Amino acid sequence: MALLQIAEPGMSAAPHEHRLAVGIDLGTTNSLVATVRHSVAEVIADDQNRPLLPSIVRYLADGRVELGYEAQQHQATDPRNTIVSVKRFMGRGVKDVEHVENLPYDFVDAPGMLQIKTVAGVKSPVEVSSEILKTLRARAEAALGGELVGAVVTVPAYFDDAQRQATRDAAKLAGINVLRLMNEPTAAALAYGLDNAAEGVYAVYDLGGGTFDISILRLTKGVFEVLSTGGDSALGGDDFDHRLYCWALEQANLSLLGPEDQRLLTVKARTAKETLSTRAGTTMQARLSQGQWVNLSISADSFAGMTQHLVAKTLDATRRALRDAGLKPADLKGVVMVGGATRMPHVRKAVRDLFECEPLTDIDPDKVVAIGAALQANLLAGNRIAGDDWLLLDVIPLSLGLETMGGLVEKIIPRNSTIPVARAQEFTTFRDGQSAMAIHVVQGERELVRDCRSLARFELRGIPPMVAGAARIRVTFQVDADGLLSVSARETTSGVEASVTVKPSYGLGDDDIARMLRESMDAAGTDVAARMLREQQVDAERLLAATEAALRADGDLLSEAERARIDVCVAALDAQARGDDPEAIRRNVAALAHATDELAARRMDRSIRAALAGRKVEEISVK
Amino acid sequence: MNNQPDHFALFGLPPRFELDSDALDAAYKLVQAKVHPDRFAAGSAAERRIAMQWAARANEAMRTLRSPTRRAAYLCELNGTTIDAESNTSMPPAFLTQQLEWREALDEARHAPTPVPLATLAEQAAQARRSLHAGLADALDRDGDFALAATLVRQLMFVDKLCDEIAAAAAVDAWEPAPPRAA
Repeated sequence: MALLQIAEPGMSAAPHEHRLAVGIDLGTTNSLVATVRHSVAEVIADDQNRPLLPSIVRYLADGRVELGYEAQQHQATDPRNTIVSVKRFMGRGVKDVEHVENLPYDFVDAPGMLQIKTVAGVKSPVEVSSEILKTLRARAEAALGGELVGAVVTVPAYFDDAQRQATRDAAKLAGINVLRLMNEPTAAALAYGLDNAAEGVYAVYDLGGGTFDISILRLTKGVFEVLSTGGDSALGGDDFDHRLYCWALEQANLSLLGPEDQRLLTVKARTAKETLSTRAGTTMQARLSQGQWVNLSISADSFAGMTQHLVAKTLDATRRALRDAGLKPADLKGVVMVGGATRMPHVRKAVRDLFECEPLTDIDPDKVVAIGAALQANLLAGNRIAGDDWLLLDVIPLSLGLETMGGLVEKIIPRNSTIPVARAQEFTTFRDGQSAMAIHVVQGERELVRDCRSLARFELRGIPPMVAGAARIRVTFQVDADGLLSVSARETTSGVEASVTVKPSYGLGDDDIARMLRESMDAAGTDVAARMLREQQVDAERLLAATEAALRADGDLLSEAERARIDVCVAALDAQARGDDPEAIRRNVAALAHATDELAARRMDRSIRAALAGRKVEEISVK
Repeated sequence: MNNQPDHFALFGLPPRFELDSDALDAAYKLVQAKVHPDRFAAGSAAERRIAMQWAARANEAMRTLRSPTRRAAYLCELNGTTIDAESNTSMPPAFLTQQLEWREALDEARHAPTPVPLATLAEQAAQARRSLHAGLADALDRDGDFALAATLVRQLMFVDKLCDEIAAAAAVDAWEPAPPRAA
């Protein structure tokens, strides 16, 4: 898939060195890690050749942590300390979690994001997820034989800012350099598009264990352009299990089970659901802790009937995404099926009926997201092969706005805006002499603040006294390529400024993450100081190499004085880079980065001009 | 970010209302291929930040130029004429009368017990939009009459909104699910 061949400033530093990078699919039910080896993207299996890692974490009283299949064996006997489907809790409070009464955990309702009490102490979903990520990172580093440069971690396209931040924090806590948070359906589209050199408009229908996404993409000459996205970040295979579980309770005349029996019956429900994907009927048998026997039989048809409302919800979201893209089902060239839950025949049938075409299922729906993420990680790490190149243009799933008078939402960035995006809006004061303004950032489609998700609150203070309506407060929203928001506010007549990176109110600041990281390294017996020094040294080497390459290519963009200033910083950093003072290295890295800021801007400018000039020549020569 | 090229210059396109949409799309993708943060994921912090700013500018430029209404408003503003859609609401009486009639028709269709075909209304609104586009092309590209163009942009904003509402109402007929029944 040939697109544009460009030697890039930051990437030409070490052209022949293959940098170890992976794609991680952090799933509700299972997680995977994949990488590109010898130009082929493949899932990295564990030492028993199992590709999946069940997303299950068990905490033991002695401080040990069990993961995956090992933890899975204890989920029915030790349900309180064995956390499954933790993804559903990322960036969520107790009140946000559905069926909370049926979950066996001892929740602590912390502000913004819940926590879980275990025998090993209170755990945040970020910490639980980081255990899964640590395991995958260790698996990849063992298989690839070296430290990772970074990873692309996937998130549901419909994840909001709080859920994305939580995922990014979990990766940071696992010691992973996140090259990009990538939307799961986009990753799947990449895997399919590159595999089949597809062109045209496609839908990706992604029904996972706990989340549903629908993305509509246009593929043209190596550009993957997301036109719209929709979904439900609390709808997935788990809900089908839960419906079957409730049916079983009803049929067997059971009520209020203990946590062990709850988990046991949920596991049986899941097994039955999976069996019904290939058989017309099955039985659910379980012996509960009080000795009662549950023995029920169920047909595929009645299972389809009792879960049809869940399928209908996915179709509603699909229709809305199509409408947002200005398309009808017939306009699409194909529908890619992603996620284990799309194995259910009645889900496939519903999708087939809506789009009137056979859904695409040739890549394993469990692996396709990790494969796409691995391809992207390889590209972002700089392992690009000439002629094999692509560009992803993704969108934000939910509108971002501010609270205004009367609890109403003023939308600043509408859903489906292509990211990165920056947009500003002016507001004014309500009272004479008003000296502060409360900025309340919300995300969602509804018109009332109380129906949207609150992301952050901050205050702009020190507004000079003016009559009501005279102040000009410019609020700027910026969403980066990871889909993460930062907001700043400025009174333009006086220049008073306030800004926040929207750290959703879940209470994990950068300091908390740093502390948790230190604690976990201490626990693992890692030499924290040595690791910090090594990280600073790597940073320094990278910046020196990048600066050298930039000066070689575009040194002519600098005046002599500017060049001299950079040379001084290079020499200073070079002298420190292999030393043992991490703070000195950090300071010199910052100084050199600052000195090369303007050069980076001018290079970008030159490269755009060159690209546009090149295009015109090309157009003329074609005609 | 001063001394930055305007949206047209960024894409190397002439500052005109009549615009080749394929050329716009091609130029947008070309610029994004150069500046997108994915190109600099392994670069320095400065490169990553600048890439984000440029990519956001390219997206904003694309959003502005892709929409005829926003493109026309932008051309007016580039030439020192503001649209002031909120404060300037004076419209020719004939235009307002026509708008009222269409809005009534749409309202009736929405509340009718059986679905009413909206194709005629949709076509009338689309026709109004086309003639406003033609008027804007003359005012902006031929006559340089930005005051007239600003008036036409304000009218176009009304018509756009009407078209959106007709489309939304039509979607309800065609394949929108029925509203959920009360439990």
